[in-house]
Amino acid sequence: MCQDLRNSEESIKGGFGRMSTMDTSNLTIETLRQMFEQGKRFDGRSLKDYRPITVEHNVSNKAEGSTRVRIGKTEVLAGVKLQVGAPYPDSKDKGNLMVSGDLLPLASPRFESGPPGFNAIELPRLVDRAIRESGMIDFKKLVITGEKVWTVIIDVFPINDDGNLIDAATIAASVALKDATFPGLDKDNNVDYHIKTQNKLPLSKETFPVSISFYKLGSSLFLDPTREEEEAAEARITFGISLWNGQNMINSCQKRGAKPLSRAEVESMMPILLEKQIYLNEKLKKFL
Amino acid sequence: MALKREDGRKASDLRPMQAKVGVVPNADGSAIFTFGDTIAIAAVYGPKQLHPQHMQDPSTGILRCNYDLLSFSVSDRKKPGPSRRSQELSKMTQWALEPALDLEGFPNTVIDVEVQIIQADAGTRTAGINAAALALAHAGVPMRNLVCAVAIGKLDKDIVVDLDKSEEDFEGGEGPTDFPVAKLANTDQYTLLQLDGKIQPERVKEVLSFADESCAKIYEIQKKALKEALGE
Repeated sequence: MCQDLRNSEESIKGGFGRMSTMDTSNLTIETLRQMFEQGKRFDGRSLKDYRPITVEHNVSNKAEGSTRVRIGKTEVLAGVKLQVGAPYPDSKDKGNLMVSGDLLPLASPRFESGPPGFNAIELPRLVDRAIRESGMIDFKKLVITGEKVWTVIIDVFPINDDGNLIDAATIAASVALKDATFPGLDKDNNVDYHIKTQNKLPLSKETFPVSISFYKLGSSLFLDPTREEEEAAEARITFGISLWNGQNMINSCQKRGAKPLSRAEVESMMPILLEKQIYLNEKLKKFL
Repeated sequence: MALKREDGRKASDLRPMQAKVGVVPNADGSAIFTFGDTIAIAAVYGPKQLHPQHMQDPSTGILRCNYDLLSFSVSDRKKPGPSRRSQELSKMTQWALEPALDLEGFPNTVIDVEVQIIQADAGTRTAGINAAALALAHAGVPMRNLVCAVAIGKLDKDIVVDLDKSEEDFEGGEGPTDFPVAKLANTDQYTLLQLDGKIQPERVKEVLSFADESCAKIYEIQKKALKEALGE
């Protein structure tokens, strides 16, 4: 398991503390603050623009489903593995979902080995909640027999961190679920990974959960930050959003960082959320 | 409203609340806060010298929070020690409280806030934040404001405040939605926003209004507890 390099410090300061030499300098942050106030960014995007998004399928063939998502220079892999297990005692008529992952030192000089820091805990938890609460997976259809159910395990691993890992990881996880097919079962209902089936997971046709994260610096709100912009941010709020029974639903939300958000700021995000949900779904359509 | 709450509460009714400060004599500040059957206890230690030294901040004191459930506070015993959930909620608690504090007068120090849930019946993080805010005030830590927290819920289409565990397990329609909120008392500044479930973006506004109304009531309970401690 790996942790953020600045975890020891970060766990105190609240995630946006700055100390090490590789961090965004105060001068850069001040410049960003001024540029954001004029609606400008270093890479020429407007504050609410995403970088180009691409999706690749089947990037690891032992996984039941796997995906590579790139948003700008950020790259995340997601893989789905299916296991046969016992149901949880409090949901005997349902299969299980587990989302985990790690911030590998491979992906950034900021990540290092060791017990998971807050960032490494937070990322899969946010992906988990966006997917679980969306109703995308019909858990009742994951029951094999009374004692055996399918456990869907999604692992997300950043391969290159240039900001906005959560939004990228949620897309990767959603696509990997769409792609996944069941492995075979032997006569005792144990998994046989040598048998491949064409059977897809029991997923809602309309629901495709995505995460949309707003970042705040000064009085500016922006989307899809680069690493540098993310470092400069004073607060973040991530929404999981999907379509459910013809309605747009927020399925999860989590604010991060010690700067409060005002009611006006939260309310101003709602129309943007809807707009960006449509945008992301349109962009991703060609990859599905 | 279509929905009848099992315990007979109206949509905007909080469960009975109790607050008391000074419940842990060893601590510099402490408090207990309850929402119905949910009981949270908080203790504050500090400001004190922060070790290791490289974590010190010469410009300000810092806040460190720990939230957890006692092992027997839930039906299925919780294994003692930090879980991913409790680590996440510890940070949420810290960020919910930090904006209320003014620690510039205490450079290189840390204030530890320890929150434990003695009995869990939903709304534990918000009860914990309310207790922690009281404990900080009781410790005499310089504060700009109190922090009030409540979990707003949505059961199918109905928005209700302060879900209990049976409501959290509601099934049917649009299902249960849990929307914990914390804010600086009497402001429009939200310091904790989390959500699980299904809610239309246009209804977030309603949730914030319910939260404002509830937090005003919680604020009164908190103030009363602090005044009682002063013997007023």
